[in-house]
Amino acid sequence: MSRFGYVAPKSVADTIHLLHDCETRGERAQILAGGTDVIVQMRTFDREPRTLVDVKYIEELNRVSIEDNETYIGAAIPSGVLNENQKLKSLYPGLLESADLIGSTQIQGRASIGGNLCNSSPAGDTIPALIANAAKCLIAGTHGTRNVPVEDFVTGVGTNCMTRTEFLLGLILPRPRPRTQDAYLRFIPRTEMDIAVVGAGVSLTLDHDRVCTHARVGIGAVAPTPLLVTKAAEALIGTQCDETSLQAAADACRAAASPITDKRGTVVYRRKVVGVLCYRAGVIARDRILNGQN
Amino acid sequence: MSKVHVELNVNGQPEEVLCEPQQSLLDLLRDELHLTGTKEGCGTGDCGACTVLMDERLVCSCLVLAPEANGKKVVTVEGIADQNGLHVVQQKLLEHAALQCGVCTPGFVVAAKALLDKNPDPDETTIRYWLAGNLCRCTGYDKIIRAVQDAAQELKATTTS
Ligand SMILES: Cc1cc2nc3c(=O)[nH]c(=O)nc-3n(C[C@H](O)[C@H](O)[C@H](O)COP(=O)(O)OP(=O)(O)OC[C@H]3O[C@@H](n4cnc5c(N)ncnc54)[C@H](O)[C@@H]3O)c2cc1C
Ligand code: FES
Ligand code: FES
Repeated sequence: MSRFGYVAPKSVADTIHLLHDCETRGERAQILAGGTDVIVQMRTFDREPRTLVDVKYIEELNRVSIEDNETYIGAAIPSGVLNENQKLKSLYPGLLESADLIGSTQIQGRASIGGNLCNSSPAGDTIPALIANAAKCLIAGTHGTRNVPVEDFVTGVGTNCMTRTEFLLGLILPRPRPRTQDAYLRFIPRTEMDIAVVGAGVSLTLDHDRVCTHARVGIGAVAPTPLLVTKAAEALIGTQCDETSLQAAADACRAAASPITDKRGTVVYRRKVVGVLCYRAGVIARDRILNGQN
Repeated sequence: MSKVHVELNVNGQPEEVLCEPQQSLLDLLRDELHLTGTKEGCGTGDCGACTVLMDERLVCSCLVLAPEANGKKVVTVEGIADQNGLHVVQQKLLEHAALQCGVCTPGFVVAAKALLDKNPDPDETTIRYWLAGNLCRCTGYDKIIRAVQDAAQELKATTTS
């Protein structure tokens, strides 16, 4: 294909049809949500013409629904819009904080969680927070829809498990159990507008004796893909998330990490910091529960 | 593929433009509609010189494709002042000498006005975070922040009196 194209389908079926048509013609198609990755890439290192498929007019990608047992978040909703939803904020404060870290006010007017996930960068801020919340990706394709846990979605640096004729509709998050809270922290050398050197998301459930019954820990920017760290969760379950068990969880994150050295940080540094952030995010999630935020 | 027909409303004015699919809203405003108040700094979402409101949300117009603006309401720096003169934010930026080369100023004007419309009484930290996506290589920011604080004060005084 020698020229760019732009289409804005109104339905999931039309989108699948379009993706399928491009695939059979051997032409490149790319989904466009907020464009804060796509357009930057189009203007810098990936100038190849393609058909841009704007999915922002599809109802399924713009809907938030909060049910008794699960929450659905449409893939294309800008983080600025999500952060105005107080109900979501009270259920998943850490996830919303991770979305609130993306770029500036202007970027947040466009950047979506779906785009952050599908861009599949090791440093995507919302991904560890989604993993901590046991989120599943709802993916549409020619044969209907399928669910994939977020920790299995990203397959490498910038790659994911979707085929060229599939796209992401939204994210399904289990409704947090009573006395559950999450938190996400990232480290960047400045206070705004930078890419995570390390990120960590933690979700905890404490019973009335303050004993942890469920935990999930996700880490980012310390391996080719964001990771679920089961051993960190195991270190917390059955404890009161005190210094010793949080330290054990931190060590589990350090052991799970396989970072690289680049201009943002060295291997040794990243490995150290991922433990620190897991510890601190654990303290925030724990204190959110103890201070009665739900 | 051929050119895309885009109908949008800019500063209250209906407009129709034919554009290339990969053109940006910034290109459309500057090159097709000759609204050159909106500036291009980086073209990659980092500097905020291209800030406009699209359907009441701040966006970097360099990171919006022109066809995406179809059916949208866009407000640029040219739409901030009215018949009575400059908006207080613009007036205060002048009074505080909060600009030198001025390339960043249209973006700051649009972004700061949007903040005050949403939150008439922001503290300094809120202002600094809200404007973190607007870079200025001349002023060192302090004068801009003070101008916005002053504009908020003035707006409060005029709405309560
Ligand atoms: C100035 C600036 C600052 C930034 N800061 C941060 C930051 O702090 N942290 C961070 O994590 N990121 C940051 N980013 C990157 C970017 O903003 C985020 O990754 C954002 O969440 C992407 O969302 P989007 O809706 O703009 O995606 P788009 O750019 O539209 O899409 C991103 C990718 O996902 C694909 N895609 C999007 N939606 C779907 C879908 N529904 N189904 C299938 N594929 C899809 C696209 O084809 C593309 O490959 C920044 C970007 C800029 C320009
Ligand atoms: S020109 Fe758009 S952000 Fe710099
Ligand atoms: S006045 Fe020159 S960049 Fe701000």
